[in-house]
Amino acid sequence: MTPLLTTRGLSRSFGGLKAVDKVDFDVMPGEIRAVIGPNGAGKTTFVSLICGRIGADAGRIDFDGQDITDLPAYQRVRKGIAYTFQITSVFAKLSAYDNVALAVQRSMLDTPDARQSSKALRGKVMEALRRTGLEDRADAQAGTLSYGHQRLLEVAMGLALKPRLLILDEPTQGLSDAEIVDFIALIREIAKTATVLLIEHNMQVVMQLAHRVSVFEAGRMIADDTPDAIRENPVVQHAYLGDGPDE
Amino acid sequence: MSGAKAISLHVAVIILLFALNFLLPEYHHGVLARVMVFAVFAMGYALLFGYAGLLSLGHSMFFAAGMYGAALPVLHLGWSAPLAFVAGIAAGTALSLLIALLALRTTGVAFMIVTMMFAQVFYLAIIYFSPWTRGDEGFALDRQARIVDLGGNLVDLTNPTARYMIALLLFTIALFTMLRVVTSPFGRVLVAIRENEERTRMLGYNTFANKLVAVVVSGTVCAAAGAAYALLFGFAGAGFASVQYSILPLLWSLLGGAATTLGPALGALFMYYLVDITSGYTSAYLLFVGILLMLLVLFFPKGILGTARDRWARWLP
Ligand SMILES: Nc1ncnc2c1ncn2[C@@H]1O[C@H](COP(=O)(O)OP(=O)(O)O)[C@@H](O)[C@H]1O
Ligand SMILES: [Mg+2]
Repeated sequence: MTPLLTTRGLSRSFGGLKAVDKVDFDVMPGEIRAVIGPNGAGKTTFVSLICGRIGADAGRIDFDGQDITDLPAYQRVRKGIAYTFQITSVFAKLSAYDNVALAVQRSMLDTPDARQSSKALRGKVMEALRRTGLEDRADAQAGTLSYGHQRLLEVAMGLALKPRLLILDEPTQGLSDAEIVDFIALIREIAKTATVLLIEHNMQVVMQLAHRVSVFEAGRMIADDTPDAIRENPVVQHAYLGDGPDE
Repeated sequence: MSGAKAISLHVAVIILLFALNFLLPEYHHGVLARVMVFAVFAMGYALLFGYAGLLSLGHSMFFAAGMYGAALPVLHLGWSAPLAFVAGIAAGTALSLLIALLALRTTGVAFMIVTMMFAQVFYLAIIYFSPWTRGDEGFALDRQARIVDLGGNLVDLTNPTARYMIALLLFTIALFTMLRVVTSPFGRVLVAIRENEERTRMLGYNTFANKLVAVVVSGTVCAAAGAAYALLFGFAGAGFASVQYSILPLLWSLLGGAATTLGPALGALFMYYLVDITSGYTSAYLLFVGILLMLLVLFFPKGILGTARDRWARWLP
């Protein structure tokens, strides 16, 4: 089987700081991949390079067998890479419904026969809201939702894009334990139709969901293995797990 | 689809304006014809400023492109008014495309400054080419050129009623185009760009292309207003390309509600009478205008209709 996503020698510096340093990385279709590492390890920068929010200094990114290194972000999204922001970035003044509708509207432009149908749009928006448990908040202004619900709205917008690769940047940060349980179920469900790349601090979430775990430290990927092997890995324990998850 | 309520309101406004043609005394009839043309200018501006969130300080150049694009061929080539009108619009489209390609490399304050600089260049070019443009003094259009042959019917643009009706027709087209655009998927993308451009891009939208279209539509509508002004009122002058005419549509939009369809027109009407009435009483009228504007911004921060929408009528487009 060929990987859905590969990076080779992917690098990005900020001034003198090597935020991402020659990372080789592969994700298989259908996989749930967790990316862990201490704050400042370069995780957000790494996935930002993948989705095109920021440009790479060196290296190459392939998605579905195609070189996407030089594609602008919006074209990567159209190829099926959806990104949910670490710092919640919904349209605060618009309703939850309108937030998701913007995502649905975009994906419907690719299928011209559905272009005119506002009923189809409504159906798809409500489906994404229902899957994330937000359907009774459709009319609420996004900025007035609780933090946890805003995180879910981010996920709903990602889902509405019908992505092949869904990148989630610390989605459980700030969620309650009960919300996290629901969230794990949601990711399992999403993974039936999409590959998931999950940056996550909560080790319980990682251990329950991930097929493989990649560990970042100081811009480098220092390990890449199954959850059990990662737990036993002395290098990882030293670099990260030993200190306990930092928030 | 925009709501039935919204459409009814817009139709009612047009019917009211039509009725006013028969009711208004001569002076106010003339004012309203002029204000309707300015309102088209205001709407073109507000589409970009209010909906896409791009604050331009150079829109006088699009108004003037339409004005001179229409008036110069009449003056030098003896073109008829309808043809000149098309030429004015084409000039605005071409200029706005060029400006969009250059100015959209910037955002925020830089965009304001870049658009202002281009408008200044445009203004100075009009002055520089005074032998053809008659510079600051401007020029009046030949009366003969303003009598239009519409399928055998002669329409005299110097006739107040003809002038009013043509201004109303242009206003109607602009208003319903605006209503259509802002309630379309494209309009929603513009609002999304205004609210959070990076998020919009990460939903798969080419934000540059959307902004480009917004600038061109905006510039074209403003040029249509400029061309209509030249042909209806028979005059073109460099004053219309000056900074003042870049600030005015901004004030009109702010006053009436920049992110509303009817607000910019209301703002233009309000401002016209404000200046008209206060200048009749005192030479320090700009002071009063300034104070009133400040009060309005304090109590109606989103403009008259923008604030009305927030408080009473959420359905206002
Ligand atoms: N836009 C930026 N400009 C300058 N430095 C940055 C920028 N983004 C990230 N960094 C730096 O790069 C490093 C990696 O950051 P980040 O990718 O956000 O880490 P993580 O997501 O693993 O916490 C940090 O030291 C951070 O300060
Ligand atoms: Mg991060």
